[in-house]
Amino acid sequence: MLSRTAANLFWMTRFLERSETTARLLDMGFRNALLPNTGGGYRNEWGAILQSKGVLQPFTDKYGEIVQRNVESFLFFDMENPSSVASCIRSARENARIVRTALTSQVWDAINTSYQELMAMQRLERSKLSTPDLTDWTIRTSSLIRGAIESTQLRIDGYSFMNLGYAVERADNTARLLDVKYYVLLPSVAYVGSGLDNYQWTTLLRALSAHRAYNWAYGGELSSVQIAHFLLLNPKFPRSLLSCYAEANEHLDQLARIYGRSTPAQESARALLGELAEARIDDVFDEGLHEFLTRMINENGGLAQSIHDQYLTGEAR
Amino acid sequence: MVTSFFNEMYASDGLRAPYQMLEGWYQNMPAEFRALKQAEAEDLFRRYGITFAVYGEGGDPDRLIPFDMFPRVFTAHEWRRLERGIKQRARALNAFLSDVYDRGEIIRAGIIPADLVYRNDAYEIAVAGFRPPLGVFSHIVGIDLVRTGAEQFYVLEDNCRTPSGVSYMLENREVMMRMFPHLFQENRVAPVDGYARLLKRTLASVAPAKCDRDPCVVLLTPGHFNSAYYEHSFLADLMGIELVEGQDLFVDGDFCWMRTTEGPRKVDVIYRRIDDAYLDPLCFRPDSALGVPGLMNVYRSGGVTICSAPGAGVADDKAIYTYVPEMVRFYLGETPILDNVPTWQCAKSDDLKYVLENIGELVVKEVHGSGGYGMLVGPASDRATIDTFAAKVAANPSNYIAQPTLALSTCPTFVEEGIAPRHVDLRPYCLVGRDVELVPGALTRVALTDGSLVVNSSQGGGVKDTWVIAEE
Repeated sequence: MLSRTAANLFWMTRFLERSETTARLLDMGFRNALLPNTGGGYRNEWGAILQSKGVLQPFTDKYGEIVQRNVESFLFFDMENPSSVASCIRSARENARIVRTALTSQVWDAINTSYQELMAMQRLERSKLSTPDLTDWTIRTSSLIRGAIESTQLRIDGYSFMNLGYAVERADNTARLLDVKYYVLLPSVAYVGSGLDNYQWTTLLRALSAHRAYNWAYGGELSSVQIAHFLLLNPKFPRSLLSCYAEANEHLDQLARIYGRSTPAQESARALLGELAEARIDDVFDEGLHEFLTRMINENGGLAQSIHDQYLTGEAR
Repeated sequence: MVTSFFNEMYASDGLRAPYQMLEGWYQNMPAEFRALKQAEAEDLFRRYGITFAVYGEGGDPDRLIPFDMFPRVFTAHEWRRLERGIKQRARALNAFLSDVYDRGEIIRAGIIPADLVYRNDAYEIAVAGFRPPLGVFSHIVGIDLVRTGAEQFYVLEDNCRTPSGVSYMLENREVMMRMFPHLFQENRVAPVDGYARLLKRTLASVAPAKCDRDPCVVLLTPGHFNSAYYEHSFLADLMGIELVEGQDLFVDGDFCWMRTTEGPRKVDVIYRRIDDAYLDPLCFRPDSALGVPGLMNVYRSGGVTICSAPGAGVADDKAIYTYVPEMVRFYLGETPILDNVPTWQCAKSDDLKYVLENIGELVVKEVHGSGGYGMLVGPASDRATIDTFAAKVAANPSNYIAQPTLALSTCPTFVEEGIAPRHVDLRPYCLVGRDVELVPGALTRVALTDGSLVVNSSQGGGVKDTWVIAEE
């Protein structure tokens, strides 16, 4: 297929996944804000949320003081914020529009309709839209699109590029969400194991729609070690880093079969999967969770670059 | 001023045969139901993404073209004659192009003045002496027609470069079939959905002689900001071919290649939907980033076929138009089946004199104008506008032609108050490759404003489904 088409498909799903993560972060901030403010001493959690997305500075430049309502507008509707839900959906739809020929009508319909609904929401008064409504809408919409892709797209190379986009972006987002919790949100190590700490872990799990799943898998006790294991190394949890790389590997292998040749992209994905499959959670904490996550985010970026170089430029390497 | 128009449904002798089955249909349609259906149609068009993108003009960048649910109907008998006439014209236009880029027999014979051809802006010296595969220059010929009576059609203009709008012909039918299935169950409406297959076959049939396998055909678009982008992607999709932009193609050695996930792939036929000037910055406009550097060299050496050929526009100029009936006689030795509108060429001094004296009664057009711009509709204009325009014509006569105001036929059209006659034109799409083919259908454009004769979508016109009723 055309390299440009493959690139548009890859970025289309990356933007879709990103919009969902922004919505999940918004949900996380919203739930945290429901917590009674006990001592005052610790940081504004909305600030932490913005910081995790790398948009704290542009936010304060535009809105000044961090007020929940403004953060919500910024993260959901603001077209000047490239990672807002609205921006991501617009970018996904733009990518989709360019590659209409590579999408089934149901997939196009799902993406296009979501954009039209978004435009309609934008015209409503903000007081008519609660934050949970916005996050629910986003998650429902992205499930609908994902479902249309799963049930209608031909299992050809384009399908693999879409899934690679999902897998790469999701790995990045899971790592970032975990990093927010561990590194940014908690004001000091002294709070580890406190009520605040546990509430934040629960919120994180909820934001990932994984609260129940965690309870099923680990019997209900919250512990930072187990939650980190769940989000990083548990092959049964679909958003875990390990699952994301299993997915990336599957689709890179599929491409190698279709094209009859293997590339360095397969090698980097295989190395990442190998490391995570072998890792014990103690190794992760020995390295330092934040250090480990930072390294993963970088290597994930390397994998994306390698996919780009091998398939998305049109050079045979 | 023309006062009586041919109504295609209710002529002076009553309800015409092709429309008989539609009379009950709309009369029994309650107003609420009609509004519901109209909303449903709009929703379908928006969901399919069938938009006419107009960037840089403000307003909605994804505008819908107004769709009228009242179909326009032809009998098989009426259609047969149109079809023969259109194919004849498409053959003559291609013969003309082959000739003027070769020996120029029609000019030597004194039928067409040399200046009109060789000094024409659309004449492409880069193509002179080159014979494209099968000698075909224009592969998709869009011919605009109007009707003035039961038996009388006139050709308004020929579009030999990249005529657009065929996606509306196909999607209008899709939407009508979805909304009013019973109309199709009860009537023998000839299908148009073979168009994409015919187009693909036509394009493949003109692959270069060097191509020794199943030809790789691509559609070249300026990109998704172009107003016709929807149509480009729609056609590529239906044909199952790649939709490429200039950046996806490159020239290496004797061939043109496209960038794919598996490395470079050779391209044999390019159905281009960008203008000549943008095809190759080495040959035409050096500032264009839309095209492919070196493409024209590959084309002339027979490495790739460009459809339609660069320079094909010399045949659809409004000054050349007047000679098309002569072309039919000269190249085909046949009597023209379709009539031209009588045309005065302001470049001729007698014609200019007549035009300036009668300008209030005429339609005056720029030779190279399109989209309803740069024209004067005399009877619909005030004195000041007419005088200004007359001055422009007098200053540069060879830039203008003039035609009588035609009594364009009308079709029943849904309007606010119910049903009303509105003026229509017709654009069928003729395909020229190894064979010359035409699907039984066309794009009907309708002037939605009461009394208006201008049907262009850029001037607020709408579209309707066009039916040819098959014979029992």
